[in-house]
Order: sequence, then C-alpha cells, then structure tokens
Amino acid sequence: VSVIVGADTRLVVQGITGREGEFHTRAAMAYGTKVVAGTRPGKGGQKAIDGRVPIFDTVAEAVSAAGANTSIIFIPAAGAPDAIMEAIDAGIKTIVCITEGIPALDMIPVADAVRAAGARLIGPNCPGATSPGKAKVGIIPASIHKPGHVGVVSRSGTLTYEAVQAMTDAGLGQSTCVGIGGDPIIGTTFLDVLKLFHDDPETEAIVMIGEIGGTAEEEAAAYAAANLRGVPMAAFIAGRTAPPGRRMGHAGAIISGGSGTAADKIAALEAAGVRVADSPTQLPALLRGAGYRG
Amino acid sequence: VKIQEADAKSLLRAEGLPVPGWELARTPEQVREAAQRLFAGGADKVVIKAQVLVGGRGKAGGVKLAGSPQEAYEVGGRILGMDIKGIAVRKVIVGRAVDIVKEYYLGAIIDRASCRIVLMASAEGGVEIEEVAKTNPGAIHRVAAHPELGLLPFQARSLGLAIGFRNSLLNQFVAIAQGLYATMKANDADLVEVNPLGIVDGPGPDGRPVPTLLCLDAKITLDDSGLGRHPALEGMRDLDEEDPTDAQARKLGINFIHLDGTIGCMVNGAGLAMTTMDLVKHYGGSPANFLDVGGGARHEVVCGAMELILADPNVKAILVNIFGGITRGDEVAEGIIEARRSQSRVVPMVVRIVGTNAEEAARLLREAELETASSLDEAAEKAVAMAKGAAQ
Repeated sequence: VSVIVGADTRLVVQGITGREGEFHTRAAMAYGTKVVAGTRPGKGGQKAIDGRVPIFDTVAEAVSAAGANTSIIFIPAAGAPDAIMEAIDAGIKTIVCITEGIPALDMIPVADAVRAAGARLIGPNCPGATSPGKAKVGIIPASIHKPGHVGVVSRSGTLTYEAVQAMTDAGLGQSTCVGIGGDPIIGTTFLDVLKLFHDDPETEAIVMIGEIGGTAEEEAAAYAAANLRGVPMAAFIAGRTAPPGRRMGHAGAIISGGSGTAADKIAALEAAGVRVADSPTQLPALLRGAGYRG
Repeated sequence: VKIQEADAKSLLRAEGLPVPGWELARTPEQVREAAQRLFAGGADKVVIKAQVLVGGRGKAGGVKLAGSPQEAYEVGGRILGMDIKGIAVRKVIVGRAVDIVKEYYLGAIIDRASCRIVLMASAEGGVEIEEVAKTNPGAIHRVAAHPELGLLPFQARSLGLAIGFRNSLLNQFVAIAQGLYATMKANDADLVEVNPLGIVDGPGPDGRPVPTLLCLDAKITLDDSGLGRHPALEGMRDLDEEDPTDAQARKLGINFIHLDGTIGCMVNGAGLAMTTMDLVKHYGGSPANFLDVGGGARHEVVCGAMELILADPNVKAILVNIFGGITRGDEVAEGIIEARRSQSRVVPMVVRIVGTNAEEAARLLREAELETASSLDEAAEKAVAMAKGAAQ
C-alpha cells in the first residue's frame, strides 16, 4: 500500500482529449497506471487513446460505470475549479490538479469544499504523484523513477524531477514522489505529506524540496523536529541567491513573523535535525549520512 | 502585479472607502497648480508623495509637506528628480495634508496556511508591518474570512475591538474592513493594505470635531492569474517602472527577471530556475537573469527567450537547463537550434535537456554540434568556465 497513488489507483482523466491530457494519459498507461476512464463533456460514449479508454460526459459516470477512484485534471484554468468540484461531487477522494494559472480567490472555496468532503487534492499547478512501480498520476517523467523507500515531497515542478533523478542515479529508489504545487492555495501541504510518509510502512527516509517564500518549510521543520527524529531526512531549498522582493513571499510570511528567506528555512530545518543540501545531487549522500541504508 | 498608490486608492474608492482626494502630477508646474487648487479650497498644507513601487519612500525623502504653492513647486521638483532605490520618480500625487491623531494598520492577504483571506490589523500603524511582525508580533491581530460568506461583520467588529476601536470609530472600522475585503474580491488582488489608516478630526454636525477614519495610503498587488478577467486593471501596470524586457517576456508568456551577472539562464520551472542560479553562484559565476520558460514551452517561445537573454550585453555564456515533464525536450532543442541559427551574436552555450523526449533532444543537439551536459552541476560548472573564458 502506497500513499496518495498506488496499485489500487483507478484513474479518470478529466480533459483526456486535450493535447496534454492525451499525451500524459499515454505515459501513465505505459507506466502501468490503471486508467479506467476519461471525461470530455459532449464526447460521452466515444473512446480515447486508440480506443483503449472510454470517454464519459461526467465524472459521476466514470465512477459508476468504470469504478474510477482517483482523478487527474488537465483542464484550463477557467474550468479547473469546476472540474475539482465535479470530482468531489462524484465521490472521488484523490484528485490531482495539474492546471496552472487558477486565480487564488477561485481556489479558496474549492479548497474548503475539498476539506469538507474528506477528499485529498494535490495541487493545483503541480506535477502530480508517482508511486514507482505501481502508479504514475501526473506529469513526472517515468524514466527517472526507481521503486524503493524514499518519500520525496516538493513544492516545485521540474525541481522535483531533479531531486528524484538524483536519488535514482545514486541507487536510492522512491516509495512515493509528490509535487504539491507552488500556488498560494493548494490542497495538500508539506505537512500533510510528511504525516502520510510518517504513517507509511513503505517510506523509510524522506527528501523535501522547498523554495523561498511563505512559511511551509518552517512548519514542516517543526513537525519533523517533533515526529521524524528517527527518520533519515534531507532537504534542499531553492532561491538562496534570488533577489529579494521580486517574488511574493513576505505577505504570506507576515502571518507568523517569518521572513520567507532561504537562510531562515535552512536554519529551521537544520535545527530540526534535517540535513540541507547545496545542490540536489548531494541529497543521496546526505540521506546516507543521516543513517539511511536503502 | 504591483500598482501605484494612486491606482490603489481609486480601487478603494470604487468600493466606497473613505480616501481623501489627490491629484497626479508629472512636472513641478503641475504640482504647483494642484497645490494652488488645494490652498484655494482651504488647505493649510499639502502633501507631495512620490509614486514608486518600492517600499521606504518616506525614509528616502519621497514624501514631503509644503505650506504654499511655491514651496510645493520646489519640493515637487526635488522629488520628481529623485531616484528611490534605483527607480526614477516620474510622478507624484498632491493632496491636502491632514493632522493625524493616531495611525493604524489594516491589511488583507491570501493566507497560504489557512487557505483563507486573512485580515490583519494593528494599532501600530504608519510603520512597515514586517517590522511590527518582528519586534512586536502580539500587536498584530487577525481574522480569517469565511471561504464563501466572506468577512462577516462580527469578525470585522472583533478585529476593530482588538485594536481599541469603540463607538462610532468601531462602526467606521467595520465598514472599512469589509470594503478592503470587497476590494480584494472585486479585483482579484492578493494583497490590499491601508497603512496608515488614520484617525483625523473631521467636521461634526454641530461644528465640533469628530474622530473620523481615513485611508491615507494604499498598497495593492493583483494576482497575475486573475488579470485576464479584469482588462481595465491591465492599464494600471506601471510601464514607467518596467524593464524594457518585461513587456517582451510577458508577450512570450515567460517569467524573466533581469539581474547583473554574466551567465544567461534558460530553465523550465521557477524552482529549477532558482536552483540553476544558486548553482551558478555556487560554482563561482553570476547569473544574468532568472528565466522560467514555463510548462510546455514550444520552440517559438524558446527562440524569443533566447533573444531576451542575448539582448543583455553583459551575457558572456548561456546555460540552458530543461527537465522535461509537460515540456518536451525535443521541442526545446529545436527552438534552441533555430535561435542559434538566426541570432545576431553568438556566445558560448551549454545545453542540458533531460526528462520527456530527452533522447530525441540529445540527437538534435548532437547533430547541431552544441555543447551539452548531463547533470545540472556539470552544466553550471561548464557555463561558469565559459563565461570566464569569454571574459579574458
């Protein structure tokens, strides 16, 4: 049993007929993910992906007729909040929203509805999640993964790939890799994923990839200090040399009195016993230095 | 997008908030004329404020009082000639100066942790809220607006009471707090700040002064993702303060920030772009820019991005770092090769493309005889060496 996605994942692709939807559905299927349905209002009854995946008009039909239990959303920003709400309404409990550019104010009531429904939303504006060897729900390239026991969680997209590649190159396989997304309002935070990894028997070590702005890394560090002392853990924070003031970050940080700088985040992580790398390629060595023998 | 105080005040006024009037002036003569009108209307003093999108303009001397039209002309001329944190002051606003009894802070932000709009208020106004957060965090009070019902009156009241408002001032505060929330919603803002929110002595019905709350300064930033549905707000983007490359980057749909180093960087993804800059520094170089070509970049975007990088004469080497996911490596490679063919000046370049369609990309790059790297560290080291070699 893996966290977020795994062998029991039965995926519906919302927006399966679009350019990205189709491309990444093929990649997910090639990886062995069970894609049971796609949706495209107006094309219900047709088939996608060379006749291999049935198309439905609604997510509810994908659930009732094809047994979908997880959704991935490749729908443009204007329609993405509706797509998330539709998935919740159909009873889907794991929703991965790849879409970027959703206005933050649109996501506030959606995030609230996700929580109220007891569902889990990954993203938006995220690369999704892969449990290597089991299921790939997202756009993380398949080739960089290797099955194993390191949980990887990251706030950014392509930097996640960099970290995963570094692990695989060093022979360290992954239990689950999750990109939580970089938008102000996201469904699942570092903290949420760390809790999942903490309870996951498949995950024996953790890599966390953060960046400047906000205070999510500090919150994760506080959790790690209290709950993950025995778990080998390494981190990387992007943006040490970023010019201040050019990215919003301080407004989020005001809430807790933090500054959102890389230096503050690194200090918080190190104080929590988490080793912080200068380059993503150092992450495997830091995990081994923290006692990981995987 | 950050907008100027004058535009922010217009947006607050549109939601019915009490904002004293102002006039925009671009020359000392215009400052004098605006001041003449204010003095004729009974003002004792006028205030002249630089319109720049950086904090700390008061400390830098960009906010001054004047007691006569002639003094306003002189003061206005000085401010209009100033340079505040590297930004030339091109315009000021002129308004009636008021005697402030006490200053407060009121702001609305999108709070990542609670996934709500949070209103913050403090009785320590008139100073930067970041400073208060550091020195006296207990002085900042907050409420989180309901995700669907918005900022409820009882929430606004509790916030007002927490910072000491009673009686008529409390009611005024509630209206202002709700107006701030409405301004945020109406414009897809991600930050709305009034600092100071000032108590002044306003004229009462019987001629005696009555304490009145006024929004004396305003700061708003707009959510870039929401701009598409507010075409009127696009005009509030201050082109005076933009780098000339900003408009070009916007047209291409890429995120570009000009820096002062020598290594031009083209990367997909903001986090990886920052990491690439960090590693360039780590290996002894300095980045000339932050450039995120975004997800799914096609070759015409790559060509445009390459032109932006080369437009900077300081660029001595280029580092391309693409980790394909939604972006397909071969499309980026095609764009780079095409750009290389047509570009005006050729600087050394190292290209690293991994991930989706990386093999096809590698073949294209090999055929075009471009320098490649397999890891980010290798790419950064090579780019730094290239920039140093080119500089000699």
